[in-house]
Amino acid sequence: MKTTPLRQVSALLLALLGLTALGGCASSDLVRVRPWERATLADPIMKPDRDPLATAMTEHVYFSRESASGGRGVGGSGCGCN
Amino acid sequence: MSSPIRFWITSILLFTSSTYLFADVRVGDAFPALSIIGPAGAELPAATGKVMLVDFWASWCAPCKESFPTYSQMHSDYRARGLMIVAVSVDEKQGAFDSFVKKMGPAFVVVRDRDQQLVRQVSVPTMPTCYLLGRDGRVRFVHQGFHGAETDRLIRKEIDALLAENSPAS
Repeated sequence: MKTTPLRQVSALLLALLGLTALGGCASSDLVRVRPWERATLADPIMKPDRDPLATAMTEHVYFSRESASGGRGVGGSGCGCN
Repeated sequence: MSSPIRFWITSILLFTSSTYLFADVRVGDAFPALSIIGPAGAELPAATGKVMLVDFWASWCAPCKESFPTYSQMHSDYRARGLMIVAVSVDEKQGAFDSFVKKMGPAFVVVRDRDQQLVRQVSVPTMPTCYLLGRDGRVRFVHQGFHGAETDRLIRKEIDALLAENSPAS
């Protein structure tokens, strides 16, 4: 197939566009969920320890199985406030 | 220039520029006009020559709830000296906004950025964030989050400094 200058320029521009698109993925400024879009994440339903009984039961199973207690991380939902 | 080349150049320019459409508002920048919110913003009292505190909040944000009594107290302490407090809600649901306002009963102006236009333009870094504007409408201080008495003390100190400054017209 014969390559014309126009075809070469188009291919170059397409490659540039692809590089620009991929370069955006490396930016540290990219935040998938903006602070003002976290209403759903901040919902109490997102708290893993919202039900004390369920938490106690899970803990019981966990430490019975692992012979360890505590160290299950921190509570809180996902609003990222403060 | 042939049309395929023009198409690709335009595509690249549009793609790269879209990344920079919503730059953060930083100290020294002019704060966007509140009329961008819509009719609620356009009906706000004139803030010309006043020191302004613009607070971004949401009904689902616990520190925002904590901040409201503090801002109400600031409003009553500084209103006569030329401070205007505008709390901009980013709530998507009108009902959530209404019930929060009804429960908290703020003394200051509260508006809802219904389409989240202003908050996108300002690109707030966290919830809540408050911007203290000088009499010239430029951002002078930014506070991310609300940390109780410490934030209250800092903001009051800054408000005192801003109120002591002369208006640009005088």
